[in-house]
Formats: sequence, C-alpha cells, structure tokens
Amino acid sequence: MTATATSARSDLSELGRSETALRTFLHGLPGVDQVGAEQRAAQLGTRSIKTTAKAQAIDLAIGMVDLTTLEGADTPGKVRALATKALRPDPADPSCPHVGAVCVYPAMVPYVAEVLRRSEVHLASVATSFPSGQAPLEIKLADTRAAVEAGADEIDMVINRGAFLAGRYSEVYDEIAAVKEACGGAGTGGQGRPRAHLKVILETGELATYDNVRRASWLAMLAGGDFIKTSTGKVPVAATLPVTLVMLEAVRDFRAATGRQVGVKPAGGIKTTKDAIRYLVMVNETVGPDWLHPDWFRFGASSLLNDLLMQRTKLKTGVYAGPDYFTLD
Amino acid sequence: MFEYAPAPESRSVVDLKPSYGLFVDGKFVDPADGGSLKSINPASEEVLAEIAEGGAQDVDRAVRAARRAYEKTWGRLPGRDRAKYLFRIARIIQERSRELAVLESLDNGKPIRESRDVDLPLVAAHFFYYAGWADKLPHAGFGADPQPLGVAAQVIPWNFPLLMLAWKIAPALAAGNTVVLKPAETTPLTALLFAEICQQADLPAGVVNIVTGAGETGRALVEHAGVDKVAFTGSTDVGRAIARSVAGSGKKLTLELGGKAANVVFDDAPVDQAVEGIVNGIFFNQGHVCCAGSRLLVQESVADQVLESLKRRMGQLRLGDPLDKNTDIGAINSAAQLTRIRELTEAGAAEGAQSWSPPCPLPERGFWFAPTIFTGVTQAHRIAREEIFGPVLSVLTFRTPAEAVEKANNTPYGLSAGIWTEKGSRILWMADRLRAGVVWANTFNKFDPTSPFGGYKESGYGREGGRHGLEAYLDV
Repeated sequence: MTATATSARSDLSELGRSETALRTFLHGLPGVDQVGAEQRAAQLGTRSIKTTAKAQAIDLAIGMVDLTTLEGADTPGKVRALATKALRPDPADPSCPHVGAVCVYPAMVPYVAEVLRRSEVHLASVATSFPSGQAPLEIKLADTRAAVEAGADEIDMVINRGAFLAGRYSEVYDEIAAVKEACGGAGTGGQGRPRAHLKVILETGELATYDNVRRASWLAMLAGGDFIKTSTGKVPVAATLPVTLVMLEAVRDFRAATGRQVGVKPAGGIKTTKDAIRYLVMVNETVGPDWLHPDWFRFGASSLLNDLLMQRTKLKTGVYAGPDYFTLD
Repeated sequence: MFEYAPAPESRSVVDLKPSYGLFVDGKFVDPADGGSLKSINPASEEVLAEIAEGGAQDVDRAVRAARRAYEKTWGRLPGRDRAKYLFRIARIIQERSRELAVLESLDNGKPIRESRDVDLPLVAAHFFYYAGWADKLPHAGFGADPQPLGVAAQVIPWNFPLLMLAWKIAPALAAGNTVVLKPAETTPLTALLFAEICQQADLPAGVVNIVTGAGETGRALVEHAGVDKVAFTGSTDVGRAIARSVAGSGKKLTLELGGKAANVVFDDAPVDQAVEGIVNGIFFNQGHVCCAGSRLLVQESVADQVLESLKRRMGQLRLGDPLDKNTDIGAINSAAQLTRIRELTEAGAAEGAQSWSPPCPLPERGFWFAPTIFTGVTQAHRIAREEIFGPVLSVLTFRTPAEAVEKANNTPYGLSAGIWTEKGSRILWMADRLRAGVVWANTFNKFDPTSPFGGYKESGYGREGGRHGLEAYLDV
C-alpha cells in the first residue's frame, strides 16, 4: 500500500514527474470510511474543555486566526482597520495575543503591509484567481508574484478542481509547483527566509468525498505546499470537522513518510469559540502538540475573533461584556 | 502541551438512599430473611448503598405478585394500553437520563461519556421501540393472535446494567408478560431507580418486580416453579447451569452468553477508521462487552502499519475518573473481575505472547487495568480462546480471506465479528461464512433496538432486539 505510517523515510519527490506514478500513488492511499470518520469527529467534539484548559485554548486560537476579508467591497480604509485590529485584538487588554495573519486580496496587500510592518503578524494574500481558479496559468502566476512583490509573506492559492476531478493530477501538481516557484521557491528570499509560505486551498466542498480530500491533500503536499487549507469560504460547504480530520491524518502520515511537516488551515464557517476549541482538541488528539502552534495550524475566519475575545473576557472577569465592548473591524 | 482541565459531571443530580429494599408488587419491601449486600463505586471503593439480598421466600413473593398482575391486570390489558405505559416509561427515562447516567457510572465504573451518549439513549430507544410493537403483535409474523407466556424470570449482568434491563423488560412487557428481574449484585442501583420510574409511570403493581441479590437469589428465581420463561445474560458457565436446571421444566429459555469476537482487518481497509473500530471494539466499556472485538485478525501484509497506528491511538486514551467527561476508560467493575483479567494476562505472558500498554498511570484506589494489546498470539494461547472481559486485545495475523474465516470461526463462541475492507463483495462473502450472530462491516459495537442480537454455539441461543426479540416472549 502506501508509505503512510512506515517509520522509514521515503523519497516521494519523483512522483510528480509521471502522471502514472502520481495516479498509482494517490489511488493506493488507504480509503476513508465516511461513517467512521464522521463518527470519530463527532466523538472528539464531545470533549469538555473548561477553566484553565479553555483559557489556554482561547489564547492559542486567537494566535491562529487568519483575520480575513475577501469582499468586492474591500477598501484601503477597511483593510487598514482590520490590520490594526490584528495587531491588538483587544485594545483594553495588552495581555491578549495578536492574531496569526491578515488575509486579503492582492490589491489590498500594500495597505495592510503599511500597518503590519515590523510586526510579527503575517500578511497572507489569496492569489491564483481566487476563488474559482479558472484562469490561465500565466495569469495565476502573475497574480501570485504581484502579491508577493507587494509584501505578502503567505500565499493562499486555490487548486484547479476541474483538473483534479477530471483525473488530471499532473496538471494540478505542476500548477502548485509553479505557484510555489512564484512564491520564491523552497529557497530563501531577500532576508534569508522563504519569500512566501504557500497555503494550498483544496476547496473540499467541491471535492465532495473524503477519499478525494485525502488524495488532494497528498497531492498538494507532494507538490510543495507548506499548508493545506480546506476552503475559500465562497462555496456553500466550507470547513467541517471530519474534513479537517482527514487532512490532519494526511499531514501526520506525510511527515511520517517524508520527515517534512505541513500545516493545516480550516477556513469558512468557524464562528464560535466552541467550534474553535473542537478543532484544537482534534489537532491535539490526531497529530499532537507539534501542530498546536500558529506556524502549523490556522483558522481562516473573521467573526470568530470577536467571539474568542468575548469568551476570553468572560473567563477573566466572570461576566459577559456586550458586543459594543469589542471592535467591529 | 494542551492539558484538559478536570471536567467532572456533578453527582448531586443523584439522590442515593443509604439502603434499598426489594421492589415487589409495586412497593419497596424489606427482605424476609434480612440479608444485605453493599454496592460500591469501583473507581473509589466507596460504599454507595446497602442492598437487600433476596432469599427464596422473597423470590416466591415476587413471582406470586407477578403472577397476580399477569392474571388480573397486565395480561388482560389491550396492547394499546400496554404501549401507553411503555411510552410513558421511555419518556421518563429520557427526562431523567442525566440522573440515570451518573448513577450508572458511579455504580458500574464506566465513563460518563459512554453512559450518557450510548447506554441511556439506547435504553430509551428500546422502550420506545417495543412500545410501538405492543398493539401490533398480530403483524409481527407469529400468527394472528400471539399470546404472552406469563411470568418471566430475568437475570442480567453488570456490564450494561440498565441497558440489559431494557433489553429484557421492554419486549417482555410489550408482549404482555410480567417480570421478576434480578440485577447483578455489583450493579443493582439503576435497576432500583428504574423501579421508582415504574412507580412514577403508575405501572400496575406486580408487573415489574426487582429482586436484588447474588448467585443464590438468581438460582432461586430461575428454578422457581411459577415462572414460564427464563432469560439470562451473563457468563457461559452460569448459562450452562441454568440450561441444566430448567431442562424438562417446560420453561422457555433464552441465553446470551460470552464471546471471543474476531475483528478482521484486510489490507485494503480504511486504516484510520479500522483503528478507531479496533479501539472501540475492545476498549469500549473497559472491554466488559460480551460482543467485544477481543481478537484482532489483521492481514499480515499490513500488520506492522495497523499496529503502529493502533499504538499511537491507544496513547490518546484517557483513563481515570468515570465521572470526568473526558474519560475514555473507566474502572474495572469489581475486584473479582480485575483478578480474572490479571490471571489471564499473566497466562498470556507466560505462554510467550508480548504485551504492550501505553504509558498510563493508574489511580491508587479502585479497580483499574491499563489498555493492553498482546502480539505474537496464536490460536493455541489461552488469551486467544478464553473470554477475558477486560481491556485486553489479542492480535493474530492471517494471509488469505479463507484463513481469516477459518481462524475467526475457530472458537467455541459465536456472538459477533467485524470486517474491515473497502471491497463490498468481500464483506458479503465473509458475512456468509462467519458463524456469529452479528457481523459488523466497517464498524463495531453498533447497537440498535430494531436489530436482533444473539449468538451461535457457546454464545447462547435466542435473539433479543428487533421483531425477532418478541418471539422469546410469545407462545409461538
């Protein structure tokens, strides 16, 4: 069967060179039983996280938020305000951690970069003709380069679902590898660090089956993705716990097989602290503490942050503050 | 590290009395000979309550009460009226489910997550399901006007105290019988709370009688000349003794006994879900499950991979306070059972199998056993043949589907089996050949009141659950 769970490191870098090898490998991955995966996700959802554990989880989750706005109506003013909030989510409480990143369209990157300069908050930009990905490769690459030039250090690309569903895995692979190259490749950028981290959006709502999610996860990792991300947030079904479970199992098995650790980002539909804690429990019990860090796990969300802040204040003070005590940006 | 803070379920919802009598003819009464037992919390060895030990006179009183109720009230009630009571009981169980779940975990040692999410929903579902049959018996396939048997003597085990009560009482009452039930001596408390629920539901006196006690009480009950039907769930040894004692008496008998189920994992299995299924198969309810998947048969070509995943997963199991909502593995039910588990695992090690457990500190008080797997097990080992009834898995390998079937069937038992493969045709091929009452495909330990349950060979006879479960309580 596959390289999963074998302790010997395998060199899988040659797989991308041949459509046949890639297909054989992806179709040789163990299947995912839908009922079992959903049952496991539901069971993990019953964990009860209280008091100190809850406080720890909330701060961790705040640091993992990719604070996102991806609207046609985004303006420089809107994204500046968002970036300011990212730096200090709770102006009343300096002990509150900053978020992981701000995520915007490429055209908005320069305005966010001004605000985030010299901070530890990352600047993510969607690229590659987000959200559909239905554009010629040259345009996707230009889109990526423009975002990186403007200051993005994380690129959220979408895979070509059309090609994936049609079984043209090499095409998807090559495209991811090319975008990775446009991000600055696996090497380093100007200041001795990789120019931009690549997050690969699988759009799991369109892949439909968990078998596809597992295959697409491996495909994205084999092609060089630094993160695998569930969704654009632009189709009806976004992140779910079972889909994230399957992706976490994939990154776990991928590291066991190759030694390289890849991050996971569920995005879309995660709105409450309760939801976020369920994801953290799943990370903890599926891949372990190595992934419980903003470098390896992110939430693509916008309204989640305020709920986390409200719960954080509630835990500290014992009372709920009204929504007007938290900034709207 | 992400450490989960303690999240204990409150026990204040349970109102325990210092001592309990027997529930006979609708009232709690003191036993005639005054004996008593103590029911303890196996997680702390704290005494929970004193329980009456019913003697022969008490059993006789209970059987007479059941007979009177059968002849005067219950046996004459139309099915739709019996249904009304059963629906009422089901609803009260749902309303009081938190109380029942906490009490079950206190008395039995099982994690609250399981009593809350598995036991109690199934208990209510059983009563709802059989309530629906009560006025439809002519359509159950047992003739135009099937009649009840009379008084049923029911003896149940300690692993699922309230669920086994539901499996016994719900179909018996739906079919028009009255019952005398003896719960296990280590776990009588939820049955006594169920007696209170019968009072709350205004169930006519004598329809349900609960006589607590140990083995002698059970023997007096099944041997009583006034019972028409005996239903027993428990060990094969006791089941055999019961079969002998009722032979020739004309009593109808159903037995649900031990098991040594094979959980068969093929090389094309969905590995992550199969590992979950293995864990659920043997560590659910501390392995105190007659249909537990206690023999893992894994195809040799994927054995290393499956075992590595299984060990990693076992490292995540949280053993401890049964009332903590994050506990996966609770306490062993009794000192006697712990001794039995230790004896068999020591035999396994002595016979040359290799045992492995994840790092797992055990609490100081109470009865505990770390989840354990044995590798290098062969069909000749005691741990591959005898029911351990604890969190201990024996791992064997096979090469071909035919060998898997041969090994799976090579046991005196035949209660359940599991198959893990993505190939539908192989599931059907295997299910045809496995001699087990239940065959689960790509899942394990799934229960439903609509589905019949029961065994082959030394796992017993008769079926419980579903339409088939009615037959055991009808004169057909």
